[in-house]
Amino acid sequence: MNTNYHIKSFCSIKNNCVSLNGSVVYKEEEEENSFTQFIKAAYKNQNTKYPKFFKMDNLSKLAFLAADVLLKNENLPEDEENNIAIVFSNKASSLNTDRKHQESIQNKESYFPSPAVFVYTLPNICIGEISIKYKLYSENSFFIFDSFNATHLLTYTNSLLSSNKADQVLCGWVEFDNENNYQAFLYLVSAKGTTKHNKQDIIKLYNT
Amino acid sequence: MDALKQELKENIIEQLNLEDMTTEDIANDDMLFGDGLGLDSIDALELIVMLDKSYGIKLTDPKEGRSIFESINTMAAYITEHRSK
Repeated sequence: MNTNYHIKSFCSIKNNCVSLNGSVVYKEEEEENSFTQFIKAAYKNQNTKYPKFFKMDNLSKLAFLAADVLLKNENLPEDEENNIAIVFSNKASSLNTDRKHQESIQNKESYFPSPAVFVYTLPNICIGEISIKYKLYSENSFFIFDSFNATHLLTYTNSLLSSNKADQVLCGWVEFDNENNYQAFLYLVSAKGTTKHNKQDIIKLYNT
Repeated sequence: MDALKQELKENIIEQLNLEDMTTEDIANDDMLFGDGLGLDSIDALELIVMLDKSYGIKLTDPKEGRSIFESINTMAAYITEHRSK
């Protein structure tokens, strides 16, 4: 299996701050602001006109914004399919939205589950949201781990690329448990780039 | 009826997360689906839940929604006739 690939670019969202390739793209100045306020302001700052964003759950908003920041920088052709696979992972799965759904069906006297909430009770829905916006119709997977698993992402991504399943792979960690515990770290792996695609560098960028 | 139409617009904006819209943006005879507000199939299900939760109306046949959810005018007329709360 060919393992000579590179990390072309990476995006991180944590602590109310969005960064691309290590440079701050957007930072929430008001420390008390909630995730809801932060992600909405960061999205508006991107000037991405996509009303569906406001209908997404928190995990999808987080993943969508990270992918949007990263892929916008790639200047992908808007009207063509892009052969970019997606490999995401996290620990909490879709638990934040699962809880909301559970609360809505808790009381039998007031039993009004929301279809718009229910459709997000799977973690890989966020992959669909990104795929629709950026016309990514390649392979995709969402893995659940106890913690960030660079080895698995590395092996899986190398396998997709070396078997020509995709030209590039958008991969990483998208975690949303609650408003105080969230993080997105996405990176694009390709034949081109300056950073070697290996376990050490993935972990180094994840911890940046 | 006018108060109900205003209430419906406010509820739709809030329930369907139409973030960039105000009640002034929705005319009473605007098509809610298709070329009008551009609502989708999940929004249609949310509207069915809204009828039940806010007005005590249970739609047993989702196909009924097509004519009821055509516009604010058609929704208000149906709710006025069938509401139980």
